This record gives sequence, C-alpha cells and structure tokens, in this order.
Amino acid sequence: MSEKSRLQKLFEAGKFVVTTEIGPPMSADAENVRVKAREISGKVDAANVTDCQTSIVRMSSIAAAVIAQSEGVETIMQMTCRDRNRIAIQSDILGAYALGLKNILCLSGDHQSFGNDPQSKNVYDIDSIQLTQAVASMANEGKFINGKSCKTPAEFFVGATVNPFADPEDIQILRLQKKINAGARFIQTQAVYDVDRFEAFMEKVRRKGLHEKAYIQAGILVNKSLRSIEMTAQVPGMAIPEELIARMRDADDKQAEGLKIALELIAKLKTIPGISGIHIMAVGWESIVPELVGQAGFLPRPEI
Amino acid sequence: MIVAERKPIQEIADSVRKYEKLLIVGCGTCVTVSLSGGENEAFTVANLLSLVSDAKFDVTYVERQCEPEFLEKLDEAVSKADAVLSLACGVGVQFMAERYPDKPVLPALNTTFMGVNRDVGYLTEMCQGCGNCILEKTGGVCPVARCSKSHFNGPCGGSQNGKCEISNETDCAWQLIYERLKRLDQLDRLCEIIPPRDWRTSRDGGPRKVDRRDLRPEVE
Repeated sequence: MSEKSRLQKLFEAGKFVVTTEIGPPMSADAENVRVKAREISGKVDAANVTDCQTSIVRMSSIAAAVIAQSEGVETIMQMTCRDRNRIAIQSDILGAYALGLKNILCLSGDHQSFGNDPQSKNVYDIDSIQLTQAVASMANEGKFINGKSCKTPAEFFVGATVNPFADPEDIQILRLQKKINAGARFIQTQAVYDVDRFEAFMEKVRRKGLHEKAYIQAGILVNKSLRSIEMTAQVPGMAIPEELIARMRDADDKQAEGLKIALELIAKLKTIPGISGIHIMAVGWESIVPELVGQAGFLPRPEI
Repeated sequence: MIVAERKPIQEIADSVRKYEKLLIVGCGTCVTVSLSGGENEAFTVANLLSLVSDAKFDVTYVERQCEPEFLEKLDEAVSKADAVLSLACGVGVQFMAERYPDKPVLPALNTTFMGVNRDVGYLTEMCQGCGNCILEKTGGVCPVARCSKSHFNGPCGGSQNGKCEISNETDCAWQLIYERLKRLDQLDRLCEIIPPRDWRTSRDGGPRKVDRRDLRPEVE
C-alpha cells in the first residue's frame, strides 16, 4: 500500500476539507496551469482538474494535474466516461497513478452536444457507477474490469458526485448509495444554492447513514456577474432560488454580491450535519478563490 | 419498425446526375409506414427530380426490398435502367446491390433508427439492436437506445423535469424507467449495480449474424 493522498488523510483525520477546481486551458500552455496552481497553492487542500468540461477540447486532465502538482497543489483528477472505452480508461488510470496522481473523481461527463464538437461520437462503454466500481476494485483488490490481476495496481482515493437537485428526486439518494456501494470514498455535490432543499436531501443521507460511509463535500459556485448566475441557472440539474438571482440583478457591485452570496451559502452549508467539506467552483473567476477561502475563515489550511 | 427519412432532393439529384435512365423503387413495408419510402414517396421523388434533372425515370415499388422473392419481379426493369434509386432502408439498398452487381444502386433515404410511429410524421427511437436485452430490469424502457449516455445504473445529473440534458424535447429514459418501476412496485431493481456489459453482441463485436444451425441441418 503506497502513501495515502493528503485529501484522504485530511478526511480521515476529521478535518473540514476545502477544495476547488482548475480548468485546463484550451491550448498546450503549461504556464497557464502553473499560474492557476500558484494562485491557490496553500489556500485549498486539493484541486479538481476537469476532464474536457462541457465537452470542449482542453489539455488533458492528467497532464494538467501533473503540472499543477509540480506547483505543490494536490489534485483530484476528474475522469468521464464520454470519451474513452474501458481500455483507454484503465490505461489512463494506470498512467495517471504512475505519474503521482492519487485522487480521482468519477463522472459520466456532459453530453458532447454541449461543446464545440457536437458532431463527435460518444463512447459510454461504461457509466459513472461502473467507472467508480472499476477504480475502486483496482485500488482495493488489484483487479481490472475483466477480473484479471494487476501486478502494481493504481490505488486511487475514489470520489464520485451527486446532484441533489436532479430528477427524479427519489433516485438521487439511491444513486448516491449505489456510488458508495461501488466504492466511492468521497462525494462532491452539484453546486448548492437552495439550502433548504439541500438540508432535506442531507436529512435523507443521514437517515441512511451514508455520511458515515463516505465523506460528503457540499459544492459551491461563486458567480461574478448577473450573466454568470443566469447562465448557471440554465444548466440542466441546477436549482437556483429566484431570490438569489434578483439579488445579483439589483446589486450595484455584482462581484461583491456574488462573493457575499457564496460566503452566506458556505456559512450555512458547513454547519449541516454530515458535511465534511466544501468544494468551490469558480468558473471564469478562479482568482477569487483565495479571498473567498480567507473570508470564509478556512485559512490557514491544516498541516497533515 | 425501421424508420427512415428522405435525403434532401439536391443530394439525391447530385448522386444520380450522370445516369440517363433511372429506375426509382419504393419499398412497401417499414419505410412506407414512416412515410418516407413507399409508392407515393417514390412518385414524389420522381416529380421533384424531374424539376432538377433531365434523366428519364421509371417508378415502381416492391413489397420488401430485403427479400429475394419480392426483388425477382424487378429484374427486367433493372436490366433496362442505368442505375437504381432505392427508397428502401440501408438493408434494402444493399440487398438490391447484391442482386444487381453490375448496376449502381443509390440510396434516396437516410435510415435513422428502429422505432415507433407516435403521431403522423412523429417517430421515436426505441431499440438499438444491441443484442443483449435488459428490458426486464428496466421496466420495459431501454436505457441503451433511449438514454443519451446509455447509462445502466440510473440517470446522470442532467435529468430535469423528466427531460434529458441534451434537449427539452427528449424524454429522460431513466425518468420513464423510474416511473414504470414505481408503478410496478419494483423500485428495488434500481438498487442493483449493473456491471459493465459485454458489447460483443452489439456492433462492437463486428458485423453480426444469426446462425441457427438447428434450422440448417445441411450445414456441417
């Protein structure tokens, strides 16, 4: 067994974990990733590195994650099922682990119709739950999907996502349960704006004891402008109370209001029983993360 | 039923441009039901082509272009034509091409999917012919053909108000599966993790065939 990731150690030590995201550039610009990594170094515990998010061609999550780690930021490699079959997925998992990545977040991936290449073919050889099971089975039992043994397996700390606001609502708890049964050890939620609805969801999570089987991070999306929150509201599976959109509409200083809303949400979310951390998505406004983390009282980050 | 749509008339005109005598053949089964390739549509294609082409057209149709006994009656007409324009699905076009190795057989339709007629001119996909049916687990709604991501273990996070993340006009298959299983009191089926499937029975295993040796005793 190789050394655990910092993320895993923090969760296991009962620390309240703070993560954010690095979106790789639509280019081969390594410096772009280095700059983003330096900005958040020491301000968060780890950073997700997205895998061609919204189906737009970007530097691969593995390559960008390795660059970010060279700047001292631990990463959570995102992996989707959209672009690779089980051969490519497992090959990438081995390679990523060999390069020093230790955390993985398993996703199905946005449909390619969202991106710049809607003409492309998708794969979906396996779905996100099957991916979760595959990575966990390699980590725990040293097995490939085909059941054969892997001599030096990738021992990722396995994460998955849940969207408490997607439909059918009843199924989301079931999906979470399935992901945890499949081997997910930590869970990141879709961005929360509707705290009441999220509390009701967490009540169900606690009733099933799922928060004791996996570490659950509440997702936060910080919006820079009215357009940003309006666009977010249009994303399928996103629930934003009209009141919050109105606040952004009425605010003179949109950035200050966006920050204020995010801070208020964090203050509420971190007290919900069963929440082990916050995951901050600052799409298009990554530079705000250090300030947001500071004002939320999350600094300094714990040593481990 | 196999569903098809007529190609844009200009695309058809471009493909038949160099032929002087064209035999246009409709197909009387699936594509007649989807109002794309029957006898009426064959005449429509001829009329439209006559506006943009100087070629001579003969129009006919057979019950099914995918069976030899129906094709037989075309032999003479095909022999007189420079090329055949088929309004069948891809199966019919290919079967004609096999039967008439010296004649170009051109498609007038795009074969789209296996589905049903829900209203006049409104058809939806139901089956992908993946070769390993799991409808018993999913309440009779197919996640392979009807979920945009072919998920086996429930909806993705993009399902909202019963619709798929790709379009408000596309039903979320998993919403339909959920509702159906709830009604049948079989929601517990959703708890099972369905493992990665064997796609060899689908297109991924290469071109498929059904070989019933029990029905072909003459084959060793």
